[in-house]
Amino acid sequence: MKYIKQFSIILFISFIGEMAHHFIKLPIPASIYGIVIMFLCLLTKIVKLESVKETGDFLVKIMPMTFIPAAVGLLNVWDIIKVSLLEYILVTILSTILVMVVSGHISQLIIRHTDKKISIKNNKIHVKEARSHE
Amino acid sequence: MNSVLEDSIFFGLTLSFLSYFLGDFLQKKFKSQIFNPLLISIVISISVLTIFNIDYDSYYNGAKYISYLLTPATVALAIPLYEQLNTLKKNYKAIIAGILSGVLTSLSFVLVMALIFNFSHAEYVTFLPKSISTAIGMDVSSELGGYVSVTVAIIVITGIIGNVAGSGILKIFRITSPIAKGIALGTSSHAMGTAKAMELGEVEGAISSLSIVVAGIITVIGASIFAGFM
Repeated sequence: MKYIKQFSIILFISFIGEMAHHFIKLPIPASIYGIVIMFLCLLTKIVKLESVKETGDFLVKIMPMTFIPAAVGLLNVWDIIKVSLLEYILVTILSTILVMVVSGHISQLIIRHTDKKISIKNNKIHVKEARSHE
Repeated sequence: MNSVLEDSIFFGLTLSFLSYFLGDFLQKKFKSQIFNPLLISIVISISVLTIFNIDYDSYYNGAKYISYLLTPATVALAIPLYEQLNTLKKNYKAIIAGILSGVLTSLSFVLVMALIFNFSHAEYVTFLPKSISTAIGMDVSSELGGYVSVTVAIIVITGIIGNVAGSGILKIFRITSPIAKGIALGTSSHAMGTAKAMELGEVEGAISSLSIVVAGIITVIGASIFAGFM
């Protein structure tokens, strides 16, 4: 019964997401409203972590499977794509790699920079402490 | 063949599940990233449909039920995100800067490529939402006058690349921080990249989930601006 309850909560929030998508005229899908609503519910403790945890983890784990039908749908557009296949594939591959590298490195740089600052700060504190001990 | 399978619900479901299971089995057996369960499943399913000349609709008649779980699964991504709240708060600057730079890179690169390959305006806007989740991307593409079905295909291929090659690319380009890995996967290849990030670790998965949401929303705004550039 525990899992039924957990799944009901997740389904209900998905449903609210659908309603939001229906009534708010923005190109934002139900799932995005849903993830924001679920996050806010957890944050405000309206939904407790333990009332969604196991079923949520299960859903996240099987997530790759939910893409199979859409991906197999590549069959349907094959005739349109094959005309400029090489260009399309090239743009897709290159841009995916480029976005990954740029976004990853920029955030990594900032993280290292902040960590350095923190460690310098901590060092200064250590030095001060050491001096005061002298 | 089609007449029998047309009404079958379990054909599409069985094909999807069995082929995914086989992919998972192969990956565990050979411990190689090439045997990505998602990729194996797609290849096997497409091959079966092509070889036996079965309509996609007959397959989708059953397989669609798996797709229905995508929305609840995406909603459930909020759970790991909430569990990593402290990481989120501590690194918000790096996270926002990373995602923003990723979205801008994606849009600008598509613009440059469209100019080089002499794309039509419709082709250009078809590519603009390529890195974000399918549901948002479809809306953006149709809003701007792109070919929606092609956008879906490109988004799916982008996701497959992120899922299959993501961890290799991160290694080659020396992206080692878990937060940076999450941003890179989620910003470049949406939920399919996030599925891979989840396998890499809790922080990677949570940050990648956040990237889907933030990158998706920034792209909605960014794509409509970029659509005017060509």
